[in-house]
Amino acid sequence: MTTVINVPPSLDDVTFEQVLDQLAPLPADEKILVDARHARWASPFGLTALLTLAQTRAERPAFAPPEADETVSYWNRTGFFRYATELFDIVGSAPRQKPAGESDVLLEITPIAKSDDVHEVVGRIQQKAQHILTRELNLDAKATMGFAMTLSEACQNIVEHAGRGGWVAVQTYKWTKRLGRRVVVIAVCDAGVGFRQSLESAPGRTRSDRWDDAMALEEAVVRGVSRFRDPGRGQGLAGVRRYVGRWDGKLSVRSGTARIAIVPTWDDDVALREGLAPFSGAQMQITIPERTAGR
Amino acid sequence: MINHIDLSTVLRRTVCDLYSNLVTRPTGAAVRGAIETQLAELGGRTVTVIDFSNVGLLDYSCADEVVAKLLLPYCDDCPPRDAYFLFRGMSETHLDALEHVLERHRLALVLQQEDGAPTIVGAVSEAERRTWDASLAVGGGTSREIGGAAGLATEEVEMVLEGLARRRLMMRIDDQWVAVGAPL
Repeated sequence: MTTVINVPPSLDDVTFEQVLDQLAPLPADEKILVDARHARWASPFGLTALLTLAQTRAERPAFAPPEADETVSYWNRTGFFRYATELFDIVGSAPRQKPAGESDVLLEITPIAKSDDVHEVVGRIQQKAQHILTRELNLDAKATMGFAMTLSEACQNIVEHAGRGGWVAVQTYKWTKRLGRRVVVIAVCDAGVGFRQSLESAPGRTRSDRWDDAMALEEAVVRGVSRFRDPGRGQGLAGVRRYVGRWDGKLSVRSGTARIAIVPTWDDDVALREGLAPFSGAQMQITIPERTAGR
Repeated sequence: MINHIDLSTVLRRTVCDLYSNLVTRPTGAAVRGAIETQLAELGGRTVTVIDFSNVGLLDYSCADEVVAKLLLPYCDDCPPRDAYFLFRGMSETHLDALEHVLERHRLALVLQQEDGAPTIVGAVSEAERRTWDASLAVGGGTSREIGGAAGLATEEVEMVLEGLARRRLMMRIDDQWVAVGAPL
Protein backbone atom coordinates (compact mmCIF):
# COMPACT_ATOMS: atom_id res chain seq x y z
CA MET A 1 0.00 0.00 0.00
CA THR A 2 1.24 3.50 -0.80
CA THR A 3 0.44 6.43 1.48
CA VAL A 4 0.02 9.80 -0.18
CA ILE A 5 1.81 12.70 1.49
CA ASN A 6 0.36 16.00 0.32
CA VAL A 7 2.72 18.89 -0.28
CA PRO A 8 1.03 22.22 0.59
CA PRO A 9 0.64 24.82 -2.18
CA SER A 10 3.28 27.01 -0.60
CA LEU A 11 6.16 25.00 0.82
CA ASP A 12 8.55 26.64 3.27
CA ASP A 13 10.06 25.94 6.66
CA VAL A 14 6.70 26.49 8.39
CA THR A 15 4.44 24.53 6.03
CA PHE A 16 6.96 21.71 5.75
CA GLU A 17 5.72 20.73 9.21
CA GLN A 18 2.45 19.68 7.53
CA VAL A 19 4.44 17.21 5.44
CA LEU A 20 6.23 15.87 8.50
CA ASP A 21 2.96 15.57 10.44
CA GLN A 22 1.62 13.28 7.71
CA LEU A 23 4.84 11.30 7.71
CA ALA A 24 5.15 10.87 11.48
CA PRO A 25 2.82 7.86 11.95
CA LEU A 26 4.37 5.91 9.06
CA PRO A 27 7.19 3.41 9.44
CA ALA A 28 10.31 4.29 7.41
CA ASP A 29 9.82 1.29 5.13
CA GLU A 30 6.27 2.19 4.14
CA LYS A 31 5.94 3.20 0.52
CA ILE A 32 4.93 6.83 0.17
CA LEU A 33 3.97 9.10 -2.70
CA VAL A 34 4.95 12.71 -2.12
CA ASP A 35 2.26 14.53 -4.01
CA ALA A 36 3.38 18.01 -5.06
CA ARG A 37 0.85 18.38 -7.88
CA HIS A 38 -0.85 21.31 -6.19
CA ALA A 39 2.32 23.01 -5.08
CA ARG A 40 2.77 26.49 -6.53
CA TRP A 41 5.80 27.77 -4.71
CA ALA A 42 8.66 26.43 -2.61
CA SER A 43 11.42 28.12 -0.67
CA PRO A 44 15.00 26.78 -0.78
CA PHE A 45 14.20 25.17 2.59
CA GLY A 46 11.13 23.43 1.18
CA LEU A 47 13.02 21.98 -1.77
CA THR A 48 16.10 20.84 0.12
CA ALA A 49 13.89 19.42 2.87
CA LEU A 50 11.97 17.35 0.30
CA LEU A 51 15.23 15.80 -0.88
CA THR A 52 16.21 15.20 2.73
CA LEU A 53 12.88 13.53 3.36
CA ALA A 54 13.58 11.06 0.55
CA GLN A 55 16.92 10.22 2.17
CA THR A 56 15.16 9.24 5.40
CA ARG A 57 12.95 6.61 3.75
CA ALA A 58 13.96 2.96 3.72
CA GLU A 59 11.61 2.34 0.79
CA ARG A 60 12.30 4.57 -2.23
CA PRO A 61 9.43 7.10 -2.30
CA ALA A 62 7.48 8.22 -5.34
CA PHE A 63 7.09 11.87 -6.27
CA ALA A 64 4.38 13.61 -8.27
CA PRO A 65 5.77 16.92 -9.62
CA PRO A 66 3.78 20.16 -9.56
CA GLU A 67 1.18 20.51 -12.28
CA ALA A 68 1.78 24.19 -12.92
CA ASP A 69 4.34 24.71 -15.67
CA GLU A 70 5.93 27.76 -14.08
CA THR A 71 6.33 25.90 -10.78
CA VAL A 72 8.01 22.94 -12.47
CA SER A 73 10.16 25.34 -14.44
CA TYR A 74 11.30 27.12 -11.27
CA TRP A 75 11.92 23.90 -9.36
CA ASN A 76 13.91 22.70 -12.34
CA ARG A 77 16.00 25.86 -12.39
CA THR A 78 16.86 25.32 -8.72
CA GLY A 79 18.34 21.92 -9.64
CA PHE A 80 15.66 20.08 -7.66
CA PHE A 81 14.87 17.49 -10.31
CA ARG A 82 18.55 16.71 -10.90
CA TYR A 83 18.59 15.12 -7.44
CA ALA A 84 14.92 14.22 -7.11
CA THR A 85 15.29 11.74 -9.97
CA GLU A 86 18.02 9.99 -8.00
CA LEU A 87 16.00 9.81 -4.79
CA PHE A 88 12.38 9.44 -5.90
CA ASP A 89 10.48 7.45 -8.48
CA ILE A 90 9.05 10.34 -10.46
CA VAL A 91 5.40 9.93 -11.44
CA GLY A 92 5.16 10.87 -15.11
CA SER A 93 8.23 12.37 -16.67
CA ALA A 94 10.72 14.62 -14.96
CA PRO A 95 11.41 17.86 -16.81
CA ARG A 96 14.50 18.02 -18.99
CA GLN A 97 17.32 19.31 -16.86
CA LYS A 98 19.46 22.31 -17.58
CA PRO A 99 23.18 21.79 -17.18
CA ALA A 100 24.34 22.80 -13.69
CA GLY A 101 25.39 26.41 -13.39
CA GLU A 102 23.07 27.78 -16.07
CA SER A 103 20.41 28.85 -13.64
CA ASP A 104 19.30 32.30 -12.53
CA VAL A 105 19.00 31.21 -8.89
CA LEU A 106 21.67 32.42 -6.51
CA LEU A 107 22.91 28.96 -5.61
CA GLU A 108 21.24 25.91 -7.10
CA ILE A 109 20.57 22.97 -4.83
CA THR A 110 24.00 21.48 -4.23
CA PRO A 111 24.94 18.31 -2.39
CA ILE A 112 27.32 18.76 0.53
CA ALA A 113 29.25 15.79 1.79
CA LYS A 114 32.88 16.84 2.10
CA SER A 115 35.13 19.83 2.59
CA ASP A 116 35.69 20.27 -1.17
CA ASP A 117 31.95 20.78 -1.63
CA VAL A 118 32.09 23.73 0.76
CA HIS A 119 34.92 25.29 -1.27
CA GLU A 120 32.82 24.80 -4.37
CA VAL A 121 29.69 26.53 -3.02
CA VAL A 122 31.67 29.37 -1.47
CA GLY A 123 33.43 29.97 -4.78
CA ARG A 124 30.15 29.94 -6.68
CA ILE A 125 28.28 32.21 -4.28
CA GLN A 126 31.05 34.81 -4.29
CA GLN A 127 30.69 35.21 -8.05
CA LYS A 128 26.94 35.75 -7.89
CA ALA A 129 26.26 37.25 -4.48
CA GLN A 130 28.05 40.58 -4.64
CA HIS A 131 25.74 42.12 -7.20
CA ILE A 132 22.53 40.75 -5.71
CA LEU A 133 23.30 41.55 -2.09
CA THR A 134 24.48 45.09 -2.73
CA ARG A 135 22.14 46.13 -5.56
CA GLU A 136 18.97 44.21 -4.81
CA LEU A 137 19.11 43.94 -1.02
CA ASN A 138 20.98 47.20 -0.38
CA LEU A 139 23.42 45.42 1.87
CA ASP A 140 26.83 46.82 2.59
CA ALA A 141 29.62 45.37 0.41
CA LYS A 142 31.06 43.95 3.64
CA ALA A 143 27.94 41.83 3.97
CA THR A 144 28.90 39.79 0.92
CA MET A 145 32.03 38.29 2.46
CA GLY A 146 30.19 37.68 5.70
CA PHE A 147 27.43 36.00 3.75
CA ALA A 148 29.90 33.60 2.14
CA MET A 149 31.43 32.93 5.55
CA THR A 150 28.01 32.19 6.97
CA LEU A 151 27.25 29.86 4.10
CA SER A 152 30.57 28.11 4.62
CA GLU A 153 29.98 27.55 8.33
CA ALA A 154 26.41 26.37 7.79
CA CYS A 155 27.56 23.82 5.21
CA GLN A 156 30.42 22.67 7.41
CA ASN A 157 27.91 21.66 10.00
CA ILE A 158 26.96 18.84 7.64
CA VAL A 159 30.56 17.83 6.91
CA GLU A 160 31.61 17.94 10.56
CA HIS A 161 28.57 16.59 12.36
CA ALA A 162 25.84 15.05 10.22
CA GLY A 163 27.54 11.77 9.39
CA ARG A 164 25.99 11.78 5.94
CA GLY A 165 25.60 14.19 3.04
CA GLY A 166 23.05 16.95 2.84
CA TRP A 167 21.93 19.84 0.66
CA VAL A 168 22.34 23.57 0.39
CA ALA A 169 20.45 26.13 -1.68
CA VAL A 170 20.38 29.93 -1.74
CA GLN A 171 17.79 32.16 -3.34
CA THR A 172 16.46 35.69 -3.15
CA TYR A 173 12.80 36.52 -3.42
CA LYS A 174 10.28 39.06 -2.26
CA TRP A 175 8.77 37.92 1.01
CA THR A 176 5.48 39.65 0.54
CA LYS A 177 3.44 37.86 3.19
CA ARG A 178 5.59 38.36 6.25
CA LEU A 179 7.93 41.19 5.43
CA GLY A 180 7.04 43.00 2.22
CA ARG A 181 10.71 43.15 1.33
CA ARG A 182 13.21 41.10 -0.60
CA VAL A 183 15.17 38.51 1.34
CA VAL A 184 18.07 36.22 0.66
CA VAL A 185 17.60 32.77 2.12
CA ILE A 186 20.16 30.04 2.79
CA ALA A 187 18.75 26.57 3.43
CA VAL A 188 21.00 23.76 4.62
CA CYS A 189 19.34 20.40 5.27
CA ASP A 190 20.64 16.97 6.10
CA ALA A 191 19.22 13.66 7.23
CA GLY A 192 22.17 12.85 9.47
CA VAL A 193 22.42 12.22 13.19
CA GLY A 194 21.02 15.57 14.33
CA PHE A 195 22.19 17.82 17.15
CA ARG A 196 21.14 15.64 20.08
CA GLN A 197 22.94 12.54 18.94
CA SER A 198 25.94 14.57 17.83
CA LEU A 199 26.34 16.14 21.27
CA GLU A 200 25.72 12.79 22.96
CA SER A 201 28.83 11.49 21.21
CA ALA A 202 31.04 14.03 23.03
CA PRO A 203 33.67 12.19 25.07
CA GLY A 204 32.94 12.11 28.79
CA ARG A 205 29.57 13.76 28.41
CA THR A 206 27.31 13.39 31.44
CA ARG A 207 23.62 13.46 30.78
CA SER A 208 21.45 15.88 32.67
CA ASP A 209 17.91 15.10 33.83
CA ARG A 210 16.45 17.16 31.03
CA TRP A 211 18.04 16.11 27.80
CA ASP A 212 16.17 16.26 24.53
CA ASP A 213 16.30 17.76 21.05
CA ALA A 214 15.33 21.22 22.32
CA MET A 215 18.08 21.28 24.91
CA ALA A 216 20.62 20.01 22.38
CA LEU A 217 19.64 22.86 20.05
CA GLU A 218 19.89 25.41 22.85
CA GLU A 219 23.37 24.14 23.73
CA ALA A 220 24.66 24.14 20.18
CA VAL A 221 22.98 27.21 18.73
CA VAL A 222 22.79 29.51 21.76
CA ARG A 223 25.75 28.39 23.86
CA GLY A 224 28.10 27.24 21.09
CA VAL A 225 28.62 23.75 22.56
CA SER A 226 30.15 21.16 20.24
CA ARG A 227 30.72 17.43 20.50
CA PHE A 228 34.47 18.13 20.29
CA ARG A 229 36.42 19.00 23.44
CA ASP A 230 38.60 21.38 21.46
CA PRO A 231 37.80 24.88 22.83
CA GLY A 232 38.03 26.30 19.32
CA ARG A 233 34.97 24.34 18.26
CA GLY A 234 31.48 25.77 18.18
CA GLN A 235 32.60 29.02 16.59
CA GLY A 236 30.89 28.35 13.28
CA LEU A 237 27.33 28.58 14.56
CA ALA A 238 28.31 31.46 16.84
CA GLY A 239 29.60 33.26 13.75
CA VAL A 240 26.37 32.55 11.88
CA ARG A 241 24.43 34.00 14.82
CA ARG A 242 26.57 37.14 14.86
CA TYR A 243 26.13 37.66 11.12
CA VAL A 244 22.38 37.20 11.36
CA GLY A 245 22.22 39.66 14.25
CA ARG A 246 24.32 42.24 12.45
CA TRP A 247 22.10 42.25 9.37
CA ASP A 248 18.77 41.97 11.20
CA GLY A 249 18.30 38.46 9.90
CA LYS A 250 16.68 35.32 11.19
CA LEU A 251 18.24 31.94 11.97
CA SER A 252 16.18 28.84 12.57
CA VAL A 253 17.44 25.33 13.16
CA ARG A 254 15.25 22.24 13.33
CA SER A 255 16.53 18.93 14.61
CA GLY A 256 14.64 15.86 15.75
CA THR A 257 11.43 17.10 17.37
CA ALA A 258 12.45 20.69 18.12
CA ARG A 259 13.16 23.92 16.34
CA ILE A 260 15.03 26.92 17.68
CA ALA A 261 15.03 30.38 16.16
CA ILE A 262 16.86 33.64 16.61
CA VAL A 263 13.93 35.88 15.86
CA PRO A 264 14.31 39.48 14.63
CA THR A 265 11.77 42.18 15.44
CA TRP A 266 10.17 41.93 11.99
CA ASP A 267 9.10 38.32 12.57
CA ASP A 268 6.66 36.82 15.06
CA ASP A 269 8.07 33.30 15.18
CA VAL A 270 8.59 31.68 18.57
CA ALA A 271 12.13 31.11 19.81
CA LEU A 272 11.67 27.44 20.64
CA ARG A 273 9.19 24.85 19.44
CA GLU A 274 9.11 21.41 21.01
CA GLY A 275 7.12 18.27 20.37
CA LEU A 276 7.24 18.55 16.59
CA ALA A 277 6.93 15.54 14.33
CA PRO A 278 10.27 13.70 14.38
CA PHE A 279 12.63 14.21 11.45
CA SER A 280 16.21 13.00 11.08
CA GLY A 281 19.20 15.28 10.90
CA ALA A 282 19.29 19.05 11.04
CA GLN A 283 17.63 21.67 8.89
CA MET A 284 18.86 25.23 9.03
CA GLN A 285 17.50 28.37 7.46
CA ILE A 286 19.16 31.79 7.42
CA THR A 287 17.13 34.75 6.19
CA ILE A 288 18.68 38.15 5.56
CA PRO A 289 16.23 40.92 4.64
CA GLU A 290 16.68 43.79 2.25
CA ARG A 291 17.87 46.90 4.03
CA THR A 292 15.53 49.81 3.84
CA ALA A 293 16.02 53.42 4.91
CA GLY A 294 16.40 53.61 8.68
CA ARG A 295 17.05 49.89 9.11
CA MET B 1 66.06 35.22 10.36
CA ILE B 2 62.91 36.39 8.57
CA ASN B 3 60.82 33.79 6.80
CA HIS B 4 57.96 34.70 4.45
CA ILE B 5 54.91 32.50 3.90
CA ASP B 6 52.29 33.43 1.31
CA LEU B 7 49.18 31.63 2.56
CA SER B 8 47.55 31.67 -0.84
CA THR B 9 50.52 29.80 -2.32
CA VAL B 10 50.51 27.31 0.56
CA LEU B 11 46.77 26.77 0.07
CA ARG B 12 47.16 26.09 -3.64
CA ARG B 13 50.16 23.85 -3.16
CA THR B 14 48.79 21.77 -0.29
CA VAL B 15 45.04 21.60 -0.89
CA CYS B 16 43.99 22.53 -4.42
CA ASP B 17 45.53 24.85 -7.00
CA LEU B 18 42.08 26.26 -7.79
CA TYR B 19 41.27 27.45 -4.29
CA SER B 20 41.69 31.01 -3.07
CA ASN B 21 39.48 30.85 0.02
CA LEU B 22 40.60 29.64 3.41
CA VAL B 23 37.45 27.81 4.43
CA THR B 24 36.76 24.55 6.30
CA ARG B 25 38.71 22.87 9.06
CA PRO B 26 40.42 20.21 6.90
CA THR B 27 41.77 22.98 4.64
CA GLY B 28 42.98 24.95 7.64
CA ALA B 29 44.63 21.91 9.16
CA ALA B 30 46.42 21.12 5.88
CA VAL B 31 47.68 24.70 5.53
CA ARG B 32 48.83 24.80 9.16
CA GLY B 33 50.62 21.48 8.65
CA ALA B 34 52.52 22.95 5.69
CA ILE B 35 53.51 26.02 7.73
CA GLU B 36 54.71 23.85 10.62
CA THR B 37 56.78 21.77 8.20
CA GLN B 38 58.47 24.93 6.94
CA LEU B 39 59.09 26.14 10.47
CA ALA B 40 60.60 22.81 11.48
CA GLU B 41 63.26 23.25 8.79
CA LEU B 42 64.39 26.55 10.26
CA GLY B 43 66.80 26.79 13.15
CA GLY B 44 67.42 29.50 15.73
CA ARG B 45 65.23 32.51 16.34
CA THR B 46 62.90 33.26 13.43
CA VAL B 47 60.26 35.81 12.58
CA THR B 48 57.77 34.36 10.12
CA VAL B 49 55.69 36.76 8.08
CA ILE B 50 52.35 35.13 7.30
CA ASP B 51 50.83 36.90 4.34
CA PHE B 52 47.07 36.87 3.74
CA SER B 53 47.20 39.32 0.80
CA ASN B 54 45.95 36.88 -1.81
CA VAL B 55 43.50 34.99 0.36
CA GLY B 56 39.86 35.61 -0.55
CA LEU B 57 37.66 34.48 2.29
CA LEU B 58 38.69 33.31 5.75
CA ASP B 59 35.98 31.62 7.78
CA TYR B 60 35.93 31.07 11.54
CA SER B 61 36.73 27.38 11.37
CA CYS B 62 39.72 27.90 9.11
CA ALA B 63 40.95 30.87 11.15
CA ASP B 64 40.85 28.61 14.19
CA GLU B 65 42.80 25.86 12.41
CA VAL B 66 45.38 28.04 10.65
CA VAL B 67 46.04 30.82 13.14
CA ALA B 68 44.90 29.77 16.62
CA LYS B 69 46.24 26.23 16.46
CA LEU B 70 49.49 27.49 14.96
CA LEU B 71 50.03 30.03 17.75
CA LEU B 72 48.84 27.98 20.73
CA PRO B 73 51.90 25.68 21.10
CA TYR B 74 54.22 28.69 20.87
CA CYS B 75 52.44 30.40 23.76
CA ASP B 76 53.00 27.36 25.93
CA ASP B 77 55.69 26.99 28.61
CA CYS B 78 57.77 24.85 26.25
CA PRO B 79 57.35 26.27 22.74
CA PRO B 80 58.51 23.99 19.91
CA ARG B 81 61.10 26.58 18.76
CA ASP B 82 62.01 30.23 19.15
CA ALA B 83 59.58 31.45 16.51
CA TYR B 84 57.68 34.72 16.26
CA PHE B 85 54.95 35.65 13.83
CA LEU B 86 53.99 38.79 11.98
CA PHE B 87 50.72 38.75 10.04
CA ARG B 88 50.08 40.97 7.06
CA GLY B 89 47.65 41.49 4.17
CA MET B 90 44.55 41.01 6.31
CA SER B 91 41.31 42.58 5.16
CA GLU B 92 38.53 43.74 7.44
CA THR B 93 36.62 40.51 6.83
CA HIS B 94 39.69 38.38 7.60
CA LEU B 95 40.02 40.29 10.85
CA ASP B 96 36.37 39.86 11.66
CA ALA B 97 36.78 36.08 11.68
CA LEU B 98 40.17 36.18 13.33
CA GLU B 99 39.35 38.48 16.23
CA HIS B 100 36.63 36.17 17.51
CA VAL B 101 38.93 33.19 17.26
CA LEU B 102 41.73 35.00 19.11
CA GLU B 103 39.35 36.14 21.84
CA ARG B 104 38.05 32.62 22.27
CA HIS B 105 41.56 31.27 22.90
CA ARG B 106 42.79 34.42 24.69
CA LEU B 107 45.46 34.78 22.01
CA ALA B 108 46.94 37.86 20.37
CA LEU B 109 49.12 38.45 17.34
CA VAL B 110 51.02 41.23 15.65
CA LEU B 111 49.47 42.53 12.45
CA GLN B 112 51.31 44.70 9.98
CA GLN B 113 48.77 47.23 8.75
CA GLU B 114 48.52 48.58 5.21
CA ASP B 115 50.83 51.50 6.03
CA GLY B 116 53.41 49.07 7.37
CA ALA B 117 52.88 49.95 11.03
CA PRO B 118 52.49 46.95 13.35
CA THR B 119 49.65 46.65 15.83
CA ILE B 120 48.41 44.03 18.26
CA VAL B 121 45.14 42.24 17.53
CA GLY B 122 43.32 39.92 19.91
CA ALA B 123 43.07 39.45 23.65
CA VAL B 124 45.47 41.83 25.42
CA SER B 125 45.21 43.69 28.70
CA GLU B 126 45.50 47.44 28.93
CA ALA B 127 48.96 47.12 30.52
CA GLU B 128 50.11 44.77 27.77
CA ARG B 129 48.93 47.11 25.05
CA ARG B 130 50.51 50.13 26.70
CA THR B 131 53.79 48.33 27.17
CA TRP B 132 53.86 46.97 23.65
CA ASP B 133 52.97 50.34 22.11
CA ALA B 134 55.59 52.07 24.25
CA SER B 135 58.24 49.60 23.19
CA LEU B 136 57.35 50.19 19.57
CA ALA B 137 57.40 53.96 20.02
CA VAL B 138 60.86 54.03 21.61
CA GLY B 139 62.27 51.46 19.21
CA GLY B 140 62.80 48.87 21.96
CA GLY B 141 64.96 49.15 25.04
CA THR B 142 65.50 47.92 28.57
CA SER B 143 62.54 47.24 30.83
CA ARG B 144 63.33 50.47 32.65
CA GLU B 145 63.23 52.49 29.42
CA ILE B 146 60.03 50.86 28.23
CA GLY B 147 58.47 51.22 31.66
CA GLY B 148 59.28 54.92 31.59
CA ALA B 149 57.71 55.33 28.17
CA ALA B 150 54.63 53.34 29.20
CA GLY B 151 54.26 55.10 32.52
CA LEU B 152 54.57 51.84 34.43
CA ALA B 153 56.85 50.89 37.30
CA THR B 154 59.87 48.79 36.31
CA GLU B 155 58.72 45.77 38.36
CA GLU B 156 55.31 45.86 36.74
CA VAL B 157 56.62 46.37 33.22
CA GLU B 158 59.08 43.49 33.64
CA MET B 159 56.20 41.18 34.43
CA VAL B 160 54.22 42.47 31.47
CA LEU B 161 57.21 42.15 29.12
CA GLU B 162 57.79 38.56 30.25
CA GLY B 163 54.15 37.84 29.53
CA LEU B 164 54.31 39.47 26.11
CA ALA B 165 57.42 37.46 25.27
CA ARG B 166 55.68 34.28 26.34
CA ARG B 167 52.82 35.22 24.01
CA ARG B 168 55.35 35.74 21.15
CA LEU B 169 54.49 39.44 20.89
CA MET B 170 57.85 40.68 22.19
CA MET B 171 61.42 39.47 21.72
CA ARG B 172 64.15 39.64 24.33
CA ILE B 173 67.66 40.22 23.00
CA ASP B 174 70.05 40.21 25.97
CA ASP B 175 68.70 42.97 28.23
CA GLN B 176 66.78 44.66 25.42
CA TRP B 177 63.13 44.15 24.58
CA VAL B 178 61.86 44.56 21.01
CA ALA B 179 58.25 44.43 19.88
CA VAL B 180 57.63 41.88 17.13
CA GLY B 181 57.18 43.80 13.89
CA ALA B 182 59.30 46.74 15.01
CA PRO B 183 61.86 47.88 12.44
CA LEU B 184 65.20 46.38 13.45
